[in-house]
Amino acid sequence: MKLLHYWLAMTGIVGRELLRFLHQRERFISALVRPLVWLFVFAAGFRAALGIAISPPYETYILYEVYITPGLIGMIQLFNGMQSSLSMVYDREMGSMRMLMVCPLPRWFLLCSKLIAGTAVSVLQAYAFLGIAWLYDIQAPLMGYVWILPALLLSGMMLGALGLLLSSFIKQLENFAGVMNFVIFPLFFMSTALYPLWKIKESSEWLFTLAQYNPFSQAVELIRFALYEQLNLQALVFTAVAFLIFMGAAIVGYNPSRGMMVKKGGGG
Amino acid sequence: MIALSVEDLSFAYGAKKALDHVSFNVEAGECTILLGPNGAGKSTLFSLITRLYDSREGKIALCGFDLKQNSRQALERLGVVFQQTTLDPDLSVSQNLRYHAALHGIGRKAADLRIQEELERLNMYERKDEKVRLLNGGHKRRVEIARALLHKPMILLLDEPTVGLDMPSRQAIVEHVHRLVKEQNLAVLWATHLIDEIADDDSLVLLHKGQIKAKGYINNVLQANDSKDIGHLFKQLTQGQIA
Repeated sequence: MKLLHYWLAMTGIVGRELLRFLHQRERFISALVRPLVWLFVFAAGFRAALGIAISPPYETYILYEVYITPGLIGMIQLFNGMQSSLSMVYDREMGSMRMLMVCPLPRWFLLCSKLIAGTAVSVLQAYAFLGIAWLYDIQAPLMGYVWILPALLLSGMMLGALGLLLSSFIKQLENFAGVMNFVIFPLFFMSTALYPLWKIKESSEWLFTLAQYNPFSQAVELIRFALYEQLNLQALVFTAVAFLIFMGAAIVGYNPSRGMMVKKGGGG
Repeated sequence: MIALSVEDLSFAYGAKKALDHVSFNVEAGECTILLGPNGAGKSTLFSLITRLYDSREGKIALCGFDLKQNSRQALERLGVVFQQTTLDPDLSVSQNLRYHAALHGIGRKAADLRIQEELERLNMYERKDEKVRLLNGGHKRRVEIARALLHKPMILLLDEPTVGLDMPSRQAIVEHVHRLVKEQNLAVLWATHLIDEIADDDSLVLLHKGQIKAKGYINNVLQANDSKDIGHLFKQLTQGQIA
Protein backbone atom coordinates (compact mmCIF):
# COMPACT_ATOMS: atom_id res chain seq x y z
CA MET A 1 0.00 0.00 0.00
CA LYS A 2 2.79 2.34 0.96
CA LEU A 3 4.75 1.47 -2.19
CA LEU A 4 1.67 2.15 -4.30
CA HIS A 5 1.39 5.60 -2.72
CA TYR A 6 5.02 6.33 -3.63
CA TRP A 7 4.44 5.12 -7.19
CA LEU A 8 1.26 7.15 -7.64
CA ALA A 9 2.91 10.28 -6.27
CA MET A 10 5.96 9.94 -8.50
CA THR A 11 3.93 9.29 -11.65
CA GLY A 12 1.70 12.23 -10.66
CA ILE A 13 4.68 14.59 -10.34
CA VAL A 14 6.32 13.39 -13.59
CA GLY A 15 2.98 13.45 -15.43
CA ARG A 16 2.29 17.01 -14.30
CA GLU A 17 5.71 18.20 -15.46
CA LEU A 18 5.24 16.56 -18.88
CA LEU A 19 1.74 18.04 -19.20
CA ARG A 20 3.08 21.49 -18.34
CA PHE A 21 5.83 21.04 -20.87
CA LEU A 22 3.36 20.07 -23.61
CA HIS A 23 1.18 23.06 -22.78
CA GLN A 24 4.12 25.44 -22.94
CA ARG A 25 5.18 25.01 -26.58
CA GLU A 26 7.31 28.13 -26.53
CA ARG A 27 9.41 26.52 -23.76
CA PHE A 28 10.03 23.50 -26.00
CA ILE A 29 10.91 25.65 -29.00
CA SER A 30 13.24 27.97 -27.07
CA ALA A 31 14.97 24.96 -25.51
CA LEU A 32 15.76 23.75 -29.04
CA VAL A 33 16.53 27.09 -30.67
CA ARG A 34 19.47 27.83 -28.36
CA PRO A 35 21.58 24.74 -29.21
CA LEU A 36 20.50 24.85 -32.85
CA VAL A 37 21.83 28.39 -33.23
CA TRP A 38 25.12 27.17 -31.79
CA LEU A 39 25.14 24.23 -34.15
CA PHE A 40 24.13 26.03 -37.35
CA VAL A 41 25.85 29.37 -36.78
CA PHE A 42 28.65 29.13 -34.24
CA ALA A 43 29.93 25.66 -35.19
CA ALA A 44 29.79 26.47 -38.89
CA GLY A 45 32.20 29.35 -38.32
CA PHE A 46 34.64 27.13 -36.40
CA ARG A 47 34.54 24.15 -38.76
CA ALA A 48 38.27 23.66 -38.84
CA ALA A 49 38.84 24.52 -35.19
CA LEU A 50 39.96 21.03 -34.21
CA GLY A 51 42.73 20.79 -36.79
CA ILE A 52 43.87 17.32 -37.67
CA ALA A 53 43.96 15.62 -34.25
CA ILE A 54 41.91 12.52 -33.55
CA SER A 55 40.78 11.90 -29.97
CA PRO A 56 38.53 9.21 -28.47
CA PRO A 57 35.71 8.29 -28.83
CA TYR A 58 36.16 9.45 -32.43
CA GLU A 59 38.10 7.11 -34.70
CA THR A 60 38.59 9.49 -37.57
CA TYR A 61 38.78 13.20 -38.33
CA ILE A 62 35.58 14.95 -37.45
CA LEU A 63 33.99 18.27 -38.20
CA TYR A 64 33.52 20.73 -35.36
CA GLU A 65 29.72 20.29 -35.65
CA VAL A 66 30.16 16.63 -34.76
CA TYR A 67 32.38 17.46 -31.80
CA ILE A 68 30.08 20.12 -30.42
CA THR A 69 26.86 18.04 -30.59
CA PRO A 70 27.28 16.21 -27.22
CA GLY A 71 28.25 19.54 -25.65
CA LEU A 72 25.04 21.09 -26.94
CA ILE A 73 23.02 18.19 -25.53
CA GLY A 74 24.73 18.97 -22.22
CA MET A 75 23.74 22.60 -22.74
CA ILE A 76 20.09 21.57 -23.16
CA GLN A 77 20.25 19.64 -19.91
CA LEU A 78 22.13 22.41 -18.09
CA PHE A 79 19.55 25.02 -19.08
CA ASN A 80 16.72 22.61 -18.30
CA GLY A 81 18.17 21.96 -14.84
CA MET A 82 18.36 25.71 -14.24
CA GLN A 83 14.86 26.19 -15.67
CA SER A 84 13.55 23.61 -13.19
CA SER A 85 15.40 25.45 -10.46
CA LEU A 86 13.82 28.72 -11.61
CA SER A 87 10.39 27.11 -11.59
CA MET A 88 11.04 25.83 -8.04
CA VAL A 89 11.83 29.38 -6.89
CA TYR A 90 8.76 30.63 -8.78
CA ASP A 91 6.60 27.87 -7.29
CA ARG A 92 7.90 28.73 -3.86
CA GLU A 93 7.15 32.43 -4.30
CA MET A 94 3.72 31.63 -5.73
CA GLY A 95 3.07 29.04 -3.02
CA SER A 96 2.53 25.94 -5.15
CA MET A 97 5.76 24.46 -3.80
CA ARG A 98 4.00 24.30 -0.44
CA MET A 99 1.34 22.07 -1.94
CA LEU A 100 4.02 19.52 -2.72
CA MET A 101 5.82 19.88 0.60
CA VAL A 102 2.67 19.39 2.65
CA CYS A 103 1.87 15.99 1.15
CA PRO A 104 2.47 13.00 3.45
CA LEU A 105 5.66 11.67 1.88
CA PRO A 106 9.31 12.16 2.84
CA ARG A 107 10.80 15.35 1.47
CA TRP A 108 13.77 13.57 -0.11
CA PHE A 109 11.34 11.45 -2.12
CA LEU A 110 9.39 14.49 -3.31
CA LEU A 111 12.60 16.24 -4.37
CA CYS A 112 13.82 13.11 -6.19
CA SER A 113 10.46 12.83 -7.99
CA LYS A 114 10.67 16.47 -9.00
CA LEU A 115 14.17 15.79 -10.28
CA ILE A 116 13.08 12.75 -12.30
CA ALA A 117 10.27 14.84 -13.79
CA GLY A 118 12.70 17.57 -14.89
CA THR A 119 15.10 14.99 -16.29
CA ALA A 120 12.33 13.32 -18.31
CA VAL A 121 11.63 16.68 -19.96
CA SER A 122 15.32 17.25 -20.71
CA VAL A 123 15.66 13.77 -22.28
CA LEU A 124 12.74 14.54 -24.62
CA GLN A 125 14.44 17.82 -25.61
CA ALA A 126 17.78 16.06 -26.16
CA TYR A 127 16.24 13.45 -28.46
CA ALA A 128 14.41 16.15 -30.44
CA PHE A 129 17.77 17.94 -30.88
CA LEU A 130 19.49 14.70 -31.94
CA GLY A 131 16.72 14.17 -34.51
CA ILE A 132 17.36 17.58 -36.06
CA ALA A 133 21.13 17.00 -35.95
CA TRP A 134 20.57 13.69 -37.80
CA LEU A 135 18.79 15.59 -40.58
CA TYR A 136 21.76 18.01 -40.64
CA ASP A 137 23.96 14.98 -41.32
CA ILE A 138 25.43 14.64 -37.84
CA GLN A 139 24.80 10.94 -37.44
CA ALA A 140 26.05 8.63 -34.69
CA PRO A 141 25.88 4.81 -34.85
CA LEU A 142 22.29 3.66 -34.48
CA MET A 143 22.89 1.86 -31.16
CA GLY A 144 24.48 5.06 -29.86
CA TYR A 145 20.99 6.52 -29.64
CA VAL A 146 20.09 3.73 -27.20
CA TRP A 147 23.37 3.89 -25.27
CA ILE A 148 22.93 7.59 -24.74
CA LEU A 149 19.66 7.17 -22.77
CA PRO A 150 21.19 6.10 -19.41
CA ALA A 151 23.90 8.73 -19.87
CA LEU A 152 21.23 11.41 -20.44
CA LEU A 153 19.33 10.23 -17.39
CA LEU A 154 22.38 10.46 -15.12
CA SER A 155 23.66 13.76 -16.51
CA GLY A 156 20.13 15.20 -16.40
CA MET A 157 19.77 14.11 -12.77
CA MET A 158 23.15 15.60 -11.85
CA LEU A 159 22.46 18.97 -13.48
CA GLY A 160 18.89 18.97 -12.15
CA ALA A 161 20.21 18.28 -8.62
CA LEU A 162 22.55 21.26 -9.01
CA GLY A 163 19.54 23.37 -9.98
CA LEU A 164 17.60 22.03 -6.99
CA LEU A 165 20.47 22.89 -4.68
CA LEU A 166 20.66 26.42 -6.08
CA SER A 167 16.91 26.87 -5.71
CA SER A 168 17.20 26.14 -2.00
CA PHE A 169 19.61 29.07 -1.71
CA ILE A 170 17.93 31.60 -4.00
CA LYS A 171 15.62 33.77 -1.97
CA GLN A 172 13.79 35.61 -4.72
CA LEU A 173 13.10 35.24 -8.41
CA GLU A 174 15.05 38.43 -9.15
CA ASN A 175 18.26 36.83 -7.87
CA PHE A 176 18.08 34.26 -10.61
CA ALA A 177 20.00 36.42 -13.09
CA GLY A 178 23.03 35.96 -10.84
CA VAL A 179 22.78 32.20 -11.34
CA MET A 180 23.12 32.74 -15.09
CA ASN A 181 26.30 34.76 -14.65
CA PHE A 182 27.92 32.80 -11.86
CA VAL A 183 26.84 29.23 -12.58
CA ILE A 184 25.60 28.51 -16.10
CA PHE A 185 28.18 30.50 -18.10
CA PRO A 186 31.31 29.40 -16.15
CA LEU A 187 30.11 25.77 -16.15
CA PHE A 188 29.48 25.82 -19.87
CA PHE A 189 32.50 27.78 -21.11
CA MET A 190 35.01 26.14 -18.77
CA SER A 191 34.14 22.68 -20.02
CA THR A 192 34.79 20.27 -22.85
CA ALA A 193 31.46 21.17 -24.45
CA LEU A 194 33.07 23.52 -26.97
CA TYR A 195 36.74 22.43 -27.07
CA PRO A 196 38.54 19.20 -26.21
CA LEU A 197 40.76 19.14 -23.12
CA TRP A 198 44.00 18.97 -25.11
CA LYS A 199 43.02 22.13 -26.96
CA ILE A 200 42.28 23.93 -23.67
CA LYS A 201 45.62 22.74 -22.26
CA GLU A 202 47.44 24.31 -25.17
CA SER A 203 46.16 27.74 -24.23
CA SER A 204 46.00 27.66 -20.42
CA GLU A 205 47.08 25.18 -17.76
CA TRP A 206 44.74 26.49 -15.03
CA LEU A 207 41.78 26.53 -17.41
CA PHE A 208 42.66 22.93 -18.27
CA THR A 209 42.55 21.97 -14.56
CA LEU A 210 39.22 23.73 -14.06
CA ALA A 211 37.70 22.16 -17.16
CA GLN A 212 38.94 18.73 -16.13
CA TYR A 213 37.23 18.84 -12.74
CA ASN A 214 34.14 20.67 -13.93
CA PRO A 215 31.21 18.25 -13.38
CA PHE A 216 29.60 19.59 -16.54
CA SER A 217 32.67 18.46 -18.55
CA GLN A 218 32.33 14.98 -17.12
CA ALA A 219 28.62 14.85 -17.97
CA VAL A 220 29.38 15.97 -21.54
CA GLU A 221 32.09 13.31 -21.90
CA LEU A 222 29.74 10.66 -20.56
CA ILE A 223 27.20 11.67 -23.23
CA ARG A 224 29.88 11.92 -25.96
CA PHE A 225 31.24 8.41 -25.34
CA ALA A 226 27.76 6.88 -24.96
CA LEU A 227 26.69 8.32 -28.30
CA TYR A 228 29.53 6.35 -29.87
CA GLU A 229 28.66 3.17 -27.95
CA GLN A 230 31.49 3.52 -25.44
CA LEU A 231 31.62 3.84 -21.69
CA ASN A 232 33.79 6.53 -20.15
CA LEU A 233 34.14 5.08 -16.65
CA GLN A 234 35.84 8.12 -15.16
CA ALA A 235 33.07 10.40 -16.43
CA LEU A 236 30.43 7.97 -15.13
CA VAL A 237 31.91 7.85 -11.62
CA PHE A 238 32.53 11.59 -11.51
CA THR A 239 28.99 12.43 -12.68
CA ALA A 240 27.43 9.94 -10.25
CA VAL A 241 29.44 11.30 -7.31
CA ALA A 242 28.60 14.90 -8.27
CA PHE A 243 24.91 13.91 -8.41
CA LEU A 244 25.03 12.38 -4.93
CA ILE A 245 26.77 15.45 -3.47
CA PHE A 246 24.38 17.96 -5.10
CA MET A 247 21.31 15.92 -4.20
CA GLY A 248 22.43 15.39 -0.60
CA ALA A 249 23.05 19.13 -0.19
CA ALA A 250 19.68 19.97 -1.81
CA ILE A 251 17.87 17.64 0.59
CA VAL A 252 19.58 19.38 3.52
CA GLY A 253 18.67 22.74 1.94
CA TYR A 254 14.99 21.77 1.88
CA ASN A 255 15.03 20.14 5.33
CA PRO A 256 12.37 21.82 7.50
CA SER A 257 14.65 21.95 10.56
CA ARG A 258 18.09 22.58 9.16
CA GLY A 259 17.81 24.01 5.67
CA MET A 260 17.81 27.42 4.09
CA MET A 261 14.00 27.53 4.15
CA VAL A 262 14.10 28.32 7.87
CA LYS A 263 16.43 31.28 7.33
CA LYS A 264 14.19 32.80 4.67
CA GLY A 265 11.42 33.68 7.06
CA GLY A 266 7.75 34.50 6.51
CA GLY A 267 5.20 37.26 6.55
CA GLY A 268 2.39 37.75 9.01
CA MET B 1 -11.72 14.76 19.74
CA ILE B 2 -8.81 17.17 19.49
CA ALA B 3 -7.93 17.49 15.79
CA LEU B 4 -5.10 19.99 16.17
CA SER B 5 -3.05 20.55 19.25
CA VAL B 6 -0.45 23.29 19.48
CA GLU B 7 1.52 23.11 22.69
CA ASP B 8 3.92 25.74 24.02
CA LEU B 9 5.15 26.56 20.52
CA SER B 10 7.92 29.13 20.03
CA PHE B 11 9.77 30.07 16.87
CA ALA B 12 12.31 32.73 15.91
CA TYR B 13 13.92 33.92 12.68
CA GLY B 14 17.42 34.50 14.03
CA ALA B 15 17.02 36.91 16.93
CA LYS B 16 13.49 37.94 15.92
CA LYS B 17 10.85 36.05 17.85
CA ALA B 18 7.83 35.22 15.68
CA LEU B 19 5.90 32.95 18.07
CA ASP B 20 6.17 33.01 21.84
CA HIS B 21 4.82 30.02 23.83
CA VAL B 22 1.66 29.59 21.79
CA SER B 23 -0.80 26.90 22.91
CA PHE B 24 -4.32 26.10 21.71
CA ASN B 25 -6.49 23.21 20.49
CA VAL B 26 -8.95 22.85 17.62
CA GLU B 27 -11.68 20.26 18.20
CA ALA B 28 -13.40 18.17 15.54
CA GLY B 29 -16.65 19.81 14.41
CA GLU B 30 -15.36 23.24 15.38
CA CYS B 31 -14.38 26.27 13.34
CA THR B 32 -11.57 28.21 15.00
CA ILE B 33 -10.80 31.68 13.72
CA LEU B 34 -7.17 32.78 13.89
CA LEU B 35 -7.27 36.55 14.08
CA GLY B 36 -4.31 38.88 14.23
CA PRO B 37 -2.78 41.97 12.60
CA ASN B 38 0.03 41.77 10.06
CA GLY B 39 3.20 40.42 11.65
CA ALA B 40 1.25 38.69 14.43
CA GLY B 41 2.78 35.32 13.54
CA LYS B 42 -0.15 33.75 11.63
CA SER B 43 1.91 32.83 8.55
CA THR B 44 4.68 31.41 10.72
CA LEU B 45 2.13 29.34 12.60
CA PHE B 46 0.69 28.00 9.31
CA SER B 47 4.21 27.25 8.03
CA LEU B 48 4.90 25.25 11.18
CA ILE B 49 1.60 23.33 11.06
CA THR B 50 2.17 22.48 7.38
CA ARG B 51 5.80 21.54 8.23
CA LEU B 52 7.43 24.01 5.90
CA TYR B 53 9.60 24.67 8.95
CA ASP B 54 10.15 22.56 12.05
CA SER B 55 9.74 24.06 15.47
CA ARG B 56 12.60 23.63 17.91
CA GLU B 57 10.47 24.52 20.91
CA GLY B 58 6.99 23.16 21.54
CA LYS B 59 4.85 20.52 19.93
CA ILE B 60 2.24 20.23 17.19
CA ALA B 61 -0.01 17.18 16.87
CA LEU B 62 -2.69 16.41 14.29
CA CYS B 63 -5.34 13.93 15.51
CA GLY B 64 -2.86 12.75 18.14
CA PHE B 65 0.04 12.25 15.71
CA ASP B 66 3.12 14.30 16.48
CA LEU B 67 4.09 16.32 13.41
CA LYS B 68 7.82 15.64 13.84
CA GLN B 69 7.74 12.03 14.98
CA ASN B 70 4.83 10.80 12.81
CA SER B 71 4.72 13.40 10.05
CA ARG B 72 3.23 11.02 7.47
CA GLN B 73 0.23 10.05 9.62
CA ALA B 74 -0.19 13.66 10.74
CA LEU B 75 -0.07 15.21 7.25
CA GLU B 76 -2.46 12.59 5.86
CA ARG B 77 -5.14 14.13 8.06
CA LEU B 78 -4.48 17.70 6.97
CA GLY B 79 -6.07 19.70 4.14
CA VAL B 80 -4.78 23.20 3.33
CA VAL B 81 -5.91 26.21 1.34
CA PHE B 82 -3.02 28.64 1.16
CA GLN B 83 -3.34 32.39 0.91
CA GLN B 84 -1.98 32.50 -2.65
CA THR B 85 -3.55 30.40 -5.36
CA THR B 86 -1.52 27.24 -5.74
CA LEU B 87 -3.31 25.80 -8.78
CA ASP B 88 -1.43 25.34 -12.03
CA PRO B 89 -3.04 27.85 -14.42
CA ASP B 90 -2.04 25.93 -17.56
CA LEU B 91 -3.75 22.72 -16.46
CA SER B 92 -7.48 21.99 -16.30
CA VAL B 93 -9.43 21.81 -13.04
CA SER B 94 -9.51 18.00 -13.09
CA GLN B 95 -5.80 17.73 -14.01
CA ASN B 96 -4.96 19.89 -11.00
CA LEU B 97 -7.16 17.79 -8.73
CA ARG B 98 -5.81 14.48 -10.06
CA TYR B 99 -2.27 15.70 -9.32
CA HIS B 100 -3.24 16.36 -5.71
CA ALA B 101 -4.97 12.95 -5.48
CA ALA B 102 -1.80 11.25 -6.78
CA LEU B 103 0.29 13.02 -4.13
CA HIS B 104 -2.02 11.52 -1.53
CA GLY B 105 -1.84 8.02 -3.02
CA ILE B 106 -5.36 8.01 -4.47
CA GLY B 107 -5.65 5.99 -7.71
CA ARG B 108 -7.20 7.37 -10.90
CA LYS B 109 -10.67 5.74 -10.55
CA ALA B 110 -11.15 6.66 -6.90
CA ALA B 111 -9.76 10.13 -7.63
CA ASP B 112 -12.28 10.75 -10.41
CA LEU B 113 -15.16 9.76 -8.12
CA ARG B 114 -13.96 12.03 -5.33
CA ILE B 115 -13.33 14.90 -7.75
CA GLN B 116 -16.91 14.59 -8.99
CA GLU B 117 -18.25 14.46 -5.41
CA GLU B 118 -16.31 17.52 -4.20
CA LEU B 119 -16.83 19.62 -7.34
CA GLU B 120 -20.56 18.88 -7.42
CA ARG B 121 -20.85 20.02 -3.82
CA LEU B 122 -19.43 23.38 -4.94
CA ASN B 123 -21.36 23.53 -8.25
CA MET B 124 -18.12 23.34 -10.21
CA TYR B 125 -18.33 19.89 -11.81
CA GLU B 126 -19.44 21.14 -15.22
CA ARG B 127 -16.25 23.25 -15.35
CA LYS B 128 -13.87 20.37 -14.64
CA ASP B 129 -12.31 20.46 -18.11
CA GLU B 130 -11.69 24.22 -18.16
CA LYS B 131 -8.20 25.58 -17.74
CA VAL B 132 -7.71 27.18 -14.32
CA ARG B 133 -6.45 30.35 -16.04
CA LEU B 134 -10.00 30.94 -17.34
CA LEU B 135 -11.67 30.78 -13.91
CA ASN B 136 -12.43 33.86 -11.82
CA GLY B 137 -10.98 34.31 -8.32
CA GLY B 138 -14.04 32.91 -6.53
CA HIS B 139 -14.15 29.78 -8.68
CA LYS B 140 -10.40 29.20 -8.22
CA ARG B 141 -10.95 29.30 -4.47
CA ARG B 142 -13.79 26.79 -4.72
CA VAL B 143 -11.51 24.44 -6.67
CA GLU B 144 -8.84 24.84 -4.01
CA ILE B 145 -11.30 23.99 -1.27
CA ALA B 146 -12.44 20.93 -3.26
CA ARG B 147 -8.78 19.94 -3.66
CA ALA B 148 -8.03 20.35 0.05
CA LEU B 149 -10.92 17.96 0.84
CA LEU B 150 -10.15 15.30 -1.81
CA HIS B 151 -8.19 13.05 0.54
CA LYS B 152 -10.87 13.42 3.25
CA PRO B 153 -8.81 15.24 5.89
CA MET B 154 -9.89 15.60 9.52
CA ILE B 155 -8.63 19.16 9.77
CA LEU B 156 -8.74 21.95 7.23
CA LEU B 157 -6.41 24.97 7.36
CA LEU B 158 -7.53 28.08 5.52
CA ASP B 159 -5.08 30.96 5.21
CA GLU B 160 -7.15 34.04 4.40
CA PRO B 161 -9.02 32.23 1.63
CA THR B 162 -11.42 35.07 0.82
CA VAL B 163 -8.91 37.87 0.28
CA GLY B 164 -9.62 39.68 -2.99
CA LEU B 165 -13.02 38.06 -3.55
CA ASP B 166 -16.32 39.86 -4.06
CA MET B 167 -19.05 39.74 -1.42
CA PRO B 168 -21.18 36.88 -2.90
CA SER B 169 -18.08 34.68 -3.41
CA ARG B 170 -16.90 35.36 0.14
CA GLN B 171 -20.34 34.60 1.50
CA ALA B 172 -20.54 31.32 -0.44
CA ILE B 173 -17.18 30.14 0.88
CA VAL B 174 -17.94 31.10 4.48
CA GLU B 175 -21.27 29.23 4.32
CA HIS B 176 -19.74 26.18 2.63
CA VAL B 177 -16.98 25.82 5.20
CA HIS B 178 -19.36 26.23 8.15
CA ARG B 179 -21.64 23.60 6.58
CA LEU B 180 -18.68 21.19 6.30
CA VAL B 181 -17.89 21.73 9.96
CA LYS B 182 -21.44 20.80 10.96
CA GLU B 183 -22.16 18.02 8.47
CA GLN B 184 -18.78 16.29 8.33
CA ASN B 185 -17.47 16.98 11.80
CA LEU B 186 -14.47 18.70 10.19
CA ALA B 187 -12.08 20.77 12.30
CA VAL B 188 -11.23 24.12 10.69
CA LEU B 189 -8.52 26.65 11.50
CA TRP B 190 -9.30 29.80 9.52
CA ALA B 191 -6.88 32.73 9.45
CA THR B 192 -8.67 35.91 8.48
CA HIS B 193 -8.61 39.69 8.70
CA LEU B 194 -12.29 40.01 8.01
CA ILE B 195 -14.32 40.17 11.17
CA ASP B 196 -17.67 39.75 9.36
CA GLU B 197 -16.68 36.19 8.41
CA ILE B 198 -16.83 35.07 12.04
CA ALA B 199 -19.97 33.16 13.11
CA ASP B 200 -21.36 33.37 16.66
CA ASP B 201 -20.58 29.74 17.47
CA ASP B 202 -17.00 29.84 16.19
CA SER B 203 -14.09 29.77 18.55
CA LEU B 204 -11.32 32.34 18.43
CA VAL B 205 -7.56 32.56 18.80
CA LEU B 206 -6.31 36.15 18.81
CA LEU B 207 -2.62 36.43 18.06
CA HIS B 208 -0.56 39.58 18.49
CA LYS B 209 3.23 39.94 18.28
CA GLY B 210 3.63 36.18 18.46
CA GLN B 211 1.56 35.78 21.63
CA ILE B 212 -2.00 34.63 22.20
CA LYS B 213 -4.05 37.51 23.61
CA ALA B 214 -7.38 35.69 23.80
CA LYS B 215 -8.79 32.25 23.02
CA GLY B 216 -12.07 30.39 23.46
CA TYR B 217 -15.65 30.59 22.19
CA ILE B 218 -16.53 34.03 20.89
CA ASN B 219 -19.16 34.81 23.54
CA ASN B 220 -16.91 33.67 26.37
CA VAL B 221 -14.00 35.73 25.08
CA LEU B 222 -16.18 38.83 24.67
CA GLN B 223 -17.56 38.39 28.17
CA ALA B 224 -14.16 37.80 29.74
CA ASN B 225 -12.76 40.97 28.15
CA ASP B 226 -15.87 43.03 28.67
CA SER B 227 -16.13 43.75 24.94
CA LYS B 228 -19.31 44.41 22.97
CA ASP B 229 -18.10 42.91 19.68
CA ILE B 230 -15.09 41.37 17.94
CA GLY B 231 -14.02 44.68 16.38
CA HIS B 232 -13.88 46.31 19.80
CA LEU B 233 -12.09 43.31 21.29
CA PHE B 234 -9.54 43.33 18.48
CA LYS B 235 -8.75 47.02 19.03
CA GLN B 236 -8.58 46.54 22.76
CA LEU B 237 -6.15 43.64 22.65
CA THR B 238 -3.91 44.84 19.81
CA GLN B 239 -3.72 48.47 20.90
CA GLY B 240 -5.73 49.59 17.88
CA GLN B 241 -3.45 48.09 15.28
CA ILE B 242 -5.25 47.69 11.96
CA ALA B 243 -5.87 44.09 10.88
